[in-house]
Amino acid sequence: MSGRAQAMQVEGETSNLPFIYRQYEREQLLDALRKMHLIRRFEEGAEECYMRGLIHGTMHLSIGQEASAMGICMPLVNEDQITSTHRGHGHCIAKGAEVKRMFAEFFGKTTGYCAGRGGSMHIADVSTGNLGANGIVGGGLPIAVGAALTAKRLRTGKVVVCFFGDGANNEGAFHEALNMAAIWKLPVIFVCENNGYGMSTSTARSTAVANVADRAAAYSMPGVIVDGNVLSEVAEASHEAVERARRGDGPTLIECKTYRYRGHSKSDRNRYRTKDEIDDWMTNRDPIRRYEAQLIEFGIATSDELEAIRGSVQQEIDAGIEFAKTSPMPSIDGLADNVYTLEA
Amino acid sequence: MNAPVREISYSQAIQEAMAIAMEADERVILMGEDIGVYGGAFQVTGDLVDRFGSDRVMDTPISELGGAGVAVGAAVTGLRPIFEFQFSDFAALAMEQIVNQAAKMRYMLGGAVSVPLVMRFPAGSGTGAAAQHSQSLEAWLGHVPGLKVIQPATPHDVKGMLLAAVADPDPVMIFEHKLLYKMKGPVPEGHYTVPLDKAEVRREGRDVSIVATSIMVHKALEAAEVLAGEGISAEVIDLRSIRPLDRETVIASVMKTSRLICVYEGVKTLGVGAEISAMIAESEAFDYLDAPILRLGGSETPIPYNPELEKAAVPQVPDIIDAARGLARGVR
Repeated sequence: MSGRAQAMQVEGETSNLPFIYRQYEREQLLDALRKMHLIRRFEEGAEECYMRGLIHGTMHLSIGQEASAMGICMPLVNEDQITSTHRGHGHCIAKGAEVKRMFAEFFGKTTGYCAGRGGSMHIADVSTGNLGANGIVGGGLPIAVGAALTAKRLRTGKVVVCFFGDGANNEGAFHEALNMAAIWKLPVIFVCENNGYGMSTSTARSTAVANVADRAAAYSMPGVIVDGNVLSEVAEASHEAVERARRGDGPTLIECKTYRYRGHSKSDRNRYRTKDEIDDWMTNRDPIRRYEAQLIEFGIATSDELEAIRGSVQQEIDAGIEFAKTSPMPSIDGLADNVYTLEA
Repeated sequence: MNAPVREISYSQAIQEAMAIAMEADERVILMGEDIGVYGGAFQVTGDLVDRFGSDRVMDTPISELGGAGVAVGAAVTGLRPIFEFQFSDFAALAMEQIVNQAAKMRYMLGGAVSVPLVMRFPAGSGTGAAAQHSQSLEAWLGHVPGLKVIQPATPHDVKGMLLAAVADPDPVMIFEHKLLYKMKGPVPEGHYTVPLDKAEVRREGRDVSIVATSIMVHKALEAAEVLAGEGISAEVIDLRSIRPLDRETVIASVMKTSRLICVYEGVKTLGVGAEISAMIAESEAFDYLDAPILRLGGSETPIPYNPELEKAAVPQVPDIIDAARGLARGVR
């Protein structure tokens, strides 16, 4: 039975329901929840592995931001493309990547998405349209515009989503990219995941406008602000932007107001924000818990069904870590592989 | 069957190569500042916008970083952009996209993508444009694995190497000395390629090897002619590519002549000549050397405006002659 049909039994009227319950089937709604759990458990699993010394380097966790990644990707099809950020595990999973190959990448193994050459900060899955996370703040913005230029010139019908953080909106690349996307009316959606801090510097201290979306006006595109912790709000904004892009009407800037529970990276001592602030977001505004409550409220799933989803996610995580552990290491001989396409 | 050969200029040769590439492949587009109706700051794109339209000869805003990044993103997803910087100096504005993105994307992603991107950089001094429009920055990019960096010195080579670059799956950076744009030379009609990884012996000699890049190849040839009159036989090698480096050609030449002068316009310290010198010092040619290796490079200054100072800031023909005479003392 579809989400829409079930919800009708509860409400007797669908038009008052939030967007996703009108737009998507039950299966899609539960798949979105599953992926949000997968993102969180993936990151918790990666963090555990890091603590136990199984993963080296660093990583940037998006725990608390799952609704933004998932909501934006819900209206996309496999062929649509995304560019992602250093905090990009959620985007990768939401776009369709397999967690086992992501774990393998974090473990530096040949079976990883980047054959062990990229790690967390360059995670990508081109087969599901993810052109890659990026270690440079704002690095993906012009690249997304270039991908959209390809889509327009070759008439592929693809749209491109460009994820970036609040920190990137003060990079020159942000302004140059938005301007070019607008003058050429390209099918690209700029998604600012504003978690309030560029590393330790709050947006209030770093950014001259109250909202990143306010900057859309300077580039003659719609600027939409959503509660990034409410899946339906994010998905609705994304849906409208995707339709606009596919019609050929050009780009949109969406700002998802959200929060990261963890520090910026593994070196963060959290001295720039209070425990109360973190607790408030975790307790009162958690995107997964809010979505689960709605699914139950609207009669789309029972708590037993939600528990079953969590269980299956945990199995996938455990299997993914096992896959990563048992995958082969790259050979040292392959150090110079893929510096160039045609080996000398 | 050989294609007819005409005398055309270096910039005409570039334009012809771009037109041939665009004619052959819908995915090839040109991007850059004022390359459309204006025809490019050095008139290299000329009237191509009339032939191919503004969708394929795209004027970008004055946004070097963003423009370069758009070219990278377009290349990764299926187009074959040729991106023109108005001056090579402006690469400084776009280094992030060139160095962190274009050069590394294939490697970072474990081979999942290629970046078939061509970037063109009008470079060098001699136009009175002073410090921010006259630099030779090829060594910056030559230091970055993942890029190919070439410096064609003749109309023939620039056409063939540009066509090879467009066909290449990886990012190719072409440094074009601005004083070469008007230089004419024999260029075959139609499509042909010149390899991106091979130096060329422009003049054979016995006594000293002069390894030169770009415009310095012509100065070295001029010097070699004078030296020949003095009984010094100079071999002139046009390096053509600084990444990859054609080690074999240079090593073979030095083993023959036992003397080496490197001539390049970029700042002498930490430049192309340092790499050539070190490469020879590490090679089997080292034991053949009869004299110290000499480097003639740009002065340790910004490029000045005054024309006499400007000339003094880069190697000139007499400098090459003097250096060769010094090295070859006692040869004849």
